[in-house]
Amino acid sequence: MSGATPPPTGPPAVEVADVAVHYGDVTALDGVTLEVAQGRVTGLIGMNGSGKSTLLKTIMGMVRPDRGTVRIEGTEPGAARSAGALGYVPQSEDVDWAFPVSVRDVVMMGRYGHQGRTRRARPADHAAVAEALERVELSDVAERQIGRLSGGQRKRAFVARGIAQDARVLLLDEPFAGVDKRSEATITGLLRELADDGRTVLVSTHDLHALPRLADEAVVLLRRILFHGGVAEALQPEHLARAFGLDGADLLDQEGTT
Amino acid sequence: MTALDLLLEPLQYEFIVRALVTTVVAAIVCALLSCWLVLVGWSLMGDAVSHAVLPGVVLAYVLGAPFTLGALVFGLLAVALIGAIRGTSRVKEDAAIGIVFTTLFALGLVLISVTPSQTDLNHIIFGNILGVSTADLVQISILAGVAFAILVLKRRDLTLYAFDPLHAHAIGLSPRRLGALLLGLLALTSVVALQVVGVILVVAMLIIPGATAYLLTDRFGRMLVIAPALSAVCSVLGIYLSYWLDAASGALVVLVQGTAFALVYLFAPRHGLLGRYLPAGRPVRAEQPRDADVPSPH
Repeated sequence: MSGATPPPTGPPAVEVADVAVHYGDVTALDGVTLEVAQGRVTGLIGMNGSGKSTLLKTIMGMVRPDRGTVRIEGTEPGAARSAGALGYVPQSEDVDWAFPVSVRDVVMMGRYGHQGRTRRARPADHAAVAEALERVELSDVAERQIGRLSGGQRKRAFVARGIAQDARVLLLDEPFAGVDKRSEATITGLLRELADDGRTVLVSTHDLHALPRLADEAVVLLRRILFHGGVAEALQPEHLARAFGLDGADLLDQEGTT
Repeated sequence: MTALDLLLEPLQYEFIVRALVTTVVAAIVCALLSCWLVLVGWSLMGDAVSHAVLPGVVLAYVLGAPFTLGALVFGLLAVALIGAIRGTSRVKEDAAIGIVFTTLFALGLVLISVTPSQTDLNHIIFGNILGVSTADLVQISILAGVAFAILVLKRRDLTLYAFDPLHAHAIGLSPRRLGALLLGLLALTSVVALQVVGVILVVAMLIIPGATAYLLTDRFGRMLVIAPALSAVCSVLGIYLSYWLDAASGALVVLVQGTAFALVYLFAPRHGLLGRYLPAGRPVRAEQPRDADVPSPH
């Protein structure tokens, strides 16, 4: 599966050029240049505080870089957002799980960009939502309040929102945190399918052992790009040692794979 | 005296009828807005804006300008000042809110004390629901109608903003603009409500109904029906009580709403304190997931 997709032609799905982001005195990103290829799953790895979330939010345009530019599929990020090209699966702690919305409501929010100003749902929207729910296998819990799902189901609900949105570039921030191994495998399979459809998937994770099955390529981040290339090579101890500041081989051993 | 007489007797007074209509109108639009305020976590902001409008209302009174204009200017000024203090100093948001709204409120009190014809303006602080004129009623109804219409038309965008502003941004909406819309509506609604219960108690009408409805349902759409309905019923009850007991009407409206919240807090089927432990109540925790989640060992 991994690496089977031929390198695509056309503009890169995401193009980050010399981006720097500072929060006060803290440097979150320093001169990041990155091209994410279309139709592939790219894993973004690095330790907590390495700038993974900041990079995703910069690509989304939520964080304004102090320097550098971002382009989505060759266009301005604002135009790409208005065109519904960007889908986002937030980190668990960024979501209010007690919010009174059902799973179906959340997935329907993916359709808002396709609807009129009052976001009244049309038959096509209901159909797209039903299809997305079917695809992530949440149809039978669609009416449940979003917090009454397991960790893995919650993630799938947000992936379904991206599918209903018909986003061509899907950004996921730590989708495997607090998710059991079986759900992780389901989500991995789902993301692979989306990439096979020609969508671009950029996943931040610190779960290294999931990476070979998930990603076509890997980006190692520590405020700047330490490595960008094949997954196997990214997991070499010398890269991990620099990214995580410890012996990378130990890190993989802890995850149960050698 | 029969029960029907008890209900009908107050209605022979025109001022009571006007009070009832005004209160219900204000209660409905406040309750609608409160659904978003409690979910965004803006209860304190509601408190701040509703107090901060006081100097605006007094100045508008002095200058002969519409109350709404003055209130909007000072409501937005309060929000801007709070944002500025939070963003440019180490003072945290709750402290910034406390500083700004008390200072503006105090400015309003000072302006009242130096303005002739103090009686009218004291009504702004404590409300004067029984003294509402037909002209007031018309003005309140128009403002409430505008706020109501915007809230209903924009309800899905506002809910998205409350739930996931990042997604709103990702699909090309402006979370900043939606937040500003909500704040503008907050200032507008504060003007509507302050004529009913007064500046001090406005915040109750802007928080209690939404919080009460939140304990009763897991559907936002239903919250938007339950909160205004409950608030309207509480308001009517409050006005009647004030007639029968000959006590402060605005305060009684709030007292009834607070009592309703207490009952719901205790007895709500799923989210109430006792409801959770009664056999009929269903647990609030996530239902036993079929693919039981074990945190992966990192």
